[in-house]
Amino acid sequence: MKELYAVAIGVTITCALSAPARAQEWNDAGLPQSVLDAPKTNAPAAPRRDISGVWDAGGAGIAGPGHESPPWTDWGRQKAAGFKPGNGPRAVYEADINDPLSTVCDPAGFPRLVMYETRPFQVVQTPNQVLILYMFEKRWRVIWTDGRQLPKDPDPRWYGYSVGRWEDDSTFVVNTVGSDERTWLDNAGNPHSADLKVEERYHRVNRDLMELTVTIDDPKTYTRTWMPRNRMPLTLAPANFDMMEMICSPTEVMDFRKNISDRTNNK
Amino acid sequence: MKATRFGVTCVAFALLVLSAPAFAHHGTASFDTTKDLTLKGTVTEWIWANPHCFLKFDAMDETGTVRNWAVEVSNPTDMTKRGWARSSFKVGDAVTVNLQPVKNGAPIGRLRTVNLPDGSTLSAGGPAAAPAAPVQ
Repeated sequence: MKELYAVAIGVTITCALSAPARAQEWNDAGLPQSVLDAPKTNAPAAPRRDISGVWDAGGAGIAGPGHESPPWTDWGRQKAAGFKPGNGPRAVYEADINDPLSTVCDPAGFPRLVMYETRPFQVVQTPNQVLILYMFEKRWRVIWTDGRQLPKDPDPRWYGYSVGRWEDDSTFVVNTVGSDERTWLDNAGNPHSADLKVEERYHRVNRDLMELTVTIDDPKTYTRTWMPRNRMPLTLAPANFDMMEMICSPTEVMDFRKNISDRTNNK
Repeated sequence: MKATRFGVTCVAFALLVLSAPAFAHHGTASFDTTKDLTLKGTVTEWIWANPHCFLKFDAMDETGTVRNWAVEVSNPTDMTKRGWARSSFKVGDAVTVNLQPVKNGAPIGRLRTVNLPDGSTLSAGGPAAAPAAPVQ
């Protein structure tokens, strides 16, 4: 029996170590849990000022139930009252959900994209931009690194306006403003205002491991700043990782509503 | 051949240690979490799409009435990780479905496990279903 355990452990370790080089040729859904869980303390050092590659947080990135936020302000409470979420303490019946993402395929927007369904994403660095290409929604963001300042009075955009800078050789900090007030922060129906400021910190610990910290600063909506992501670990995927499509199609969501959601009410 | 065997072994071990992510799109408010049904039926449609895949099948209930059930699972990305595929079912397949129904009595539910014609079982993840005798 001891031999069997030894073989099982050996095979598991071999698989875990080998898997990054063995992504399938197409339609990768994500890294195996064994690879996500494998210790990465012995990985080579992080390259200088480089976070390029495909990164995966596994199940930790999905955050389906939403986030526990600090108390809302009066404005935040009124805003939240109009949001009927499918998860969290205010969850309603499936037929009553009015989440614009899941019911009509509105964009998740930013920062919801880094607070919910943070599936694998690819970082691409150019001389004046960092581009992030997300599996979820098959969206991308542009983060300017050419030294420009954030706009003072931006028109709202689904994904806001972002600038980034290297705080040190392994930490890339992104600041974002101008997120459209219609977007939710998460699945629990946490709202935000147009005054929202978001900071993302991408700290590359070594070649294979990066940590993401997200800070929400929105005094119009919340009574204090808060961190829905605090050093969330991200694992580097092999270079041949081919992200699966994960798109909200209005045709498909209407089909789902007709067959399932609209028939689940309790009236 | 050795590479294939290695790959199969890796997949098998990966599946053993795979933990199911949260049921992300919505919670359980619509479902009767105290109920557990196992139905024998015939597949009428298998939809492989976001936000949720769902299986439709005809099954007879305890009153002898055949109803067309629609039972959801997670999205194609999550289901791929659990070994499901666009080709997992075809129309006419005889299946035994374990599910949690919605509260309002409609033939809607969350699929937990399904037994396929070849004798294999697919699991949707989440809490294990309690054993239950088939209604028909």
